[in-house]
Amino acid sequence: MTIVEIGLPKRLVEMTLDGESVRVPEGATILDACAARGKSIPTLCYGDTLKPANACRVCMVEVEGARTLVPSCSRKVEPGMVVHTESERTKHSRKLVLELLGSATDLSTTPHVDEWMSACGADPSRFGPPAPPSADRDDRRPGEHEEPDGQTAATVRQPAKVDNPLYVRDLSKCILCYKCVDACGDQWQNTFAISVAGRGFDSRISTEFSTPLPESACVYCGNCIEVCPTGALSFKREHDKREDGTWDEEAQTQTTTICTFCGVGCNLTLHVQDNEIVKVTSPHESTVTHGNLCIKGRFGWQHVQNR
Amino acid sequence: MDLKLLDVEPSEAERVVVDLFTGMGRDQLLPALHAVNDRVGWISQGALNHICRVLHVPLAEAYGVASFYSLFSLSERPAKVVHVCVDLACQVNGAKSLCDRLTGELGPAGAKSGWLRSPCLGVCEKAPVALAFEAGEVATEQLLAPTTADEVIAVAAAGPSHVDGGRAEVPQAGAAGLRLLKRVGVVDPESLDDYRATGGYAALRTALLLGPSGVIREVTDAKLMGRGGAAFPTGRKWDATARQPVRPHYLVCNADESEPGTFKDRLLMEGDPYAVIESMTIAGFAAGCSRGYLYLRGEYPRALHLLRNAIARARERNYLGDDIMGHEGFSFEIEIRRGAGAYICGEETAIFNSIEGFRGEPRSKPPFPVESGLFGKPTVVNNVETLVNVPVILTEGCEAYTRIGTPGSAGPKLFCLSGNVSRPGVYEVPFGTTLGELLDLAGGVPPGRELRAVLLGGAAGGFVRPDELDLPLTMEDARAANTTLGSGVVLVLDDTADLGSFLLRIAAFFRDESCGQCVPCRIGTVRQEEAMARLVGKRPLSTSAEDLQLLREVGQVMRDSSICGLGQTAWNAIESALDRLGYATEATS
Repeated sequence: MTIVEIGLPKRLVEMTLDGESVRVPEGATILDACAARGKSIPTLCYGDTLKPANACRVCMVEVEGARTLVPSCSRKVEPGMVVHTESERTKHSRKLVLELLGSATDLSTTPHVDEWMSACGADPSRFGPPAPPSADRDDRRPGEHEEPDGQTAATVRQPAKVDNPLYVRDLSKCILCYKCVDACGDQWQNTFAISVAGRGFDSRISTEFSTPLPESACVYCGNCIEVCPTGALSFKREHDKREDGTWDEEAQTQTTTICTFCGVGCNLTLHVQDNEIVKVTSPHESTVTHGNLCIKGRFGWQHVQNR
Repeated sequence: MDLKLLDVEPSEAERVVVDLFTGMGRDQLLPALHAVNDRVGWISQGALNHICRVLHVPLAEAYGVASFYSLFSLSERPAKVVHVCVDLACQVNGAKSLCDRLTGELGPAGAKSGWLRSPCLGVCEKAPVALAFEAGEVATEQLLAPTTADEVIAVAAAGPSHVDGGRAEVPQAGAAGLRLLKRVGVVDPESLDDYRATGGYAALRTALLLGPSGVIREVTDAKLMGRGGAAFPTGRKWDATARQPVRPHYLVCNADESEPGTFKDRLLMEGDPYAVIESMTIAGFAAGCSRGYLYLRGEYPRALHLLRNAIARARERNYLGDDIMGHEGFSFEIEIRRGAGAYICGEETAIFNSIEGFRGEPRSKPPFPVESGLFGKPTVVNNVETLVNVPVILTEGCEAYTRIGTPGSAGPKLFCLSGNVSRPGVYEVPFGTTLGELLDLAGGVPPGRELRAVLLGGAAGGFVRPDELDLPLTMEDARAANTTLGSGVVLVLDDTADLGSFLLRIAAFFRDESCGQCVPCRIGTVRQEEAMARLVGKRPLSTSAEDLQLLREVGQVMRDSSICGLGQTAWNAIESALDRLGYATEATS
């Protein structure tokens, strides 16, 4: 169940959504208005616990009178606004954005992306066969690149970074949505272990000088992994189980409890498979955690399984 | 916030220059990076670590910022390096063969060989050009314009000399009737007395008499529109900022001139620096700003030197500081910020992030700068040329000003002529002059050649054909003809120019300069370059017609869904070459 804070009563704003007149609370986004009408708009960089990054452009919709399409996840509804979510322009944009992402990134573990792609007829292979993985992405300089011949499509494919016992960073799957950086930085954790580095297509999520995670400022709270929409960041345990084919979400139960480590009282959701904890998360709607945890709550549960 | 730093120390030289920033904050990150780069030529781990310690910035974020700018290197690089321009105007004037010789004699471009390929250096009238840099106790820069492979090879070995190369030359210098260029090439740009003797600071005196709302009324009635490319009414921008109750207000002069083929702002800053300072002071007075930032692109050393001098002289004589010109209560200061090699930082919100010490990524609008700009405060952002129109308006009066040009586009306009043209340079003409008249002024294409096309407005602009030379150069006529004046680029191509390579360079430029924040631009510019490579190289994936279709679809999503103007216009010039110049037919036949 999702708990929604009702707060103070708000004025209603009238707008037109796909030809239908609707009233939404002042301050709501177009995405909120769509959700209220049961319209589903794909999103990737939008996070329910984060400020909109406006980066992925999957959720673009058409607002009459605007020169360009607008991101529905962040644009607030204005009185009299006329919005189209299924116009030719929005459908073209959604399809192309998904194709561009799919042509450059491994989206195999991104939830829902297959449905979205088939719904709009996206075909990422149109841009040519993917270029082979490269090991030098961390060293690329801004403003320089090799002249392409166009026979392959450049990708972000690269070896996964496995440099610690808790996380795997498989940046071949990274769409640069900024969510991990925001969760690590001033929006939640205030650790600032990672940032976007480089520029343009060679941008990447990186520690300083791409030092391994154990030498960085990382405190292993796992909050970056919690918000990653593509599986580029994953818990090592989940990653390994997926690799050897023993990760079975269908067979998992989720039990919400309270962390025993300190007095804060964080909600924990234990993901259990075959009577074994395989992952710990926290409900996003928890007013204590907003989905965030620390290393103890996230990873300190091995003692539970000492039998 | 506890900072976790690396266990590495700076060298003594690095420590000395970074310690000068003690007690300052994050907004000094870019100046501190410049200080280290100027001293040793690259940013070591120890130096960045120490910058973070002094300015209290997280190391990963500082790394993200330093790795955003192409003038900085985070791996070791020798103190001497030559940046060789390979952009549009230089390409048309032999940059490719120059680079081929450098590759043969010095080795491929890179830190080891001591030369690097550079996007437009903004000296297109003297193409091909290069900028030599040497780090040291006093960093030295020398503009080589025009240059040769022999000169680059010699300077790469010996280092830049202190010779003041590349003095601003204006074909029209001294001609009667010039307004924006009246002092350029005629008056000593270092002398405040000469500036005053030629009418300088009369406009500020008038402004102080009129009061802020009077100045805004004059500028509004003069119908001044922004000259940076977007043509937004300046008076409206100032008025909207002035009305914001939140304080302080800021002024940002956008001198990050980086559009390939644009060099008018450099000419103004080098030829008439006091006019830029006076204009900023007037704008600050009108919009209620107590502080102005002049964001100057990092590749303009001569403009930097002259502007620094102008600010210092102006402050000595109370044209900056407190109670300016005896006007009680009006205080205004100007700080110069150097860019570090990022075209995107000329975008009006990316410039804020760059000044604040963050990556130069554009912000989502709304909110607009007049409401929430630099440091989250109401901010006016104006291009250099826009600002220097203001003293003209105040001294001649808005009525006289609107009589210059056309009813829809008032005033004088600067155009940057380069490429295959006999007398390249910056020309001042009233709006409404036709493209043909402007080309005649610059002597047309060299004798014996034929005009092939004109790139109007820069890499984000569009091409026009030889049979369209009667186009009056106004905002409204350009719009009606489905093109743009952009930043005033008029890049001429004759029948010897290689249009395919030219278009490939435009595609490469956008791929290099995309900040990477949004998907349509980050990946779209890559796919655009790949598809252009196939079209130009005649190696289609299946058919050229399909590649063309792909280009159009990618272009459309970049235009519709990119965050900022860079992505939204990254397909303009290529689209116009395909359709207006008929390159689509040429490429598919």
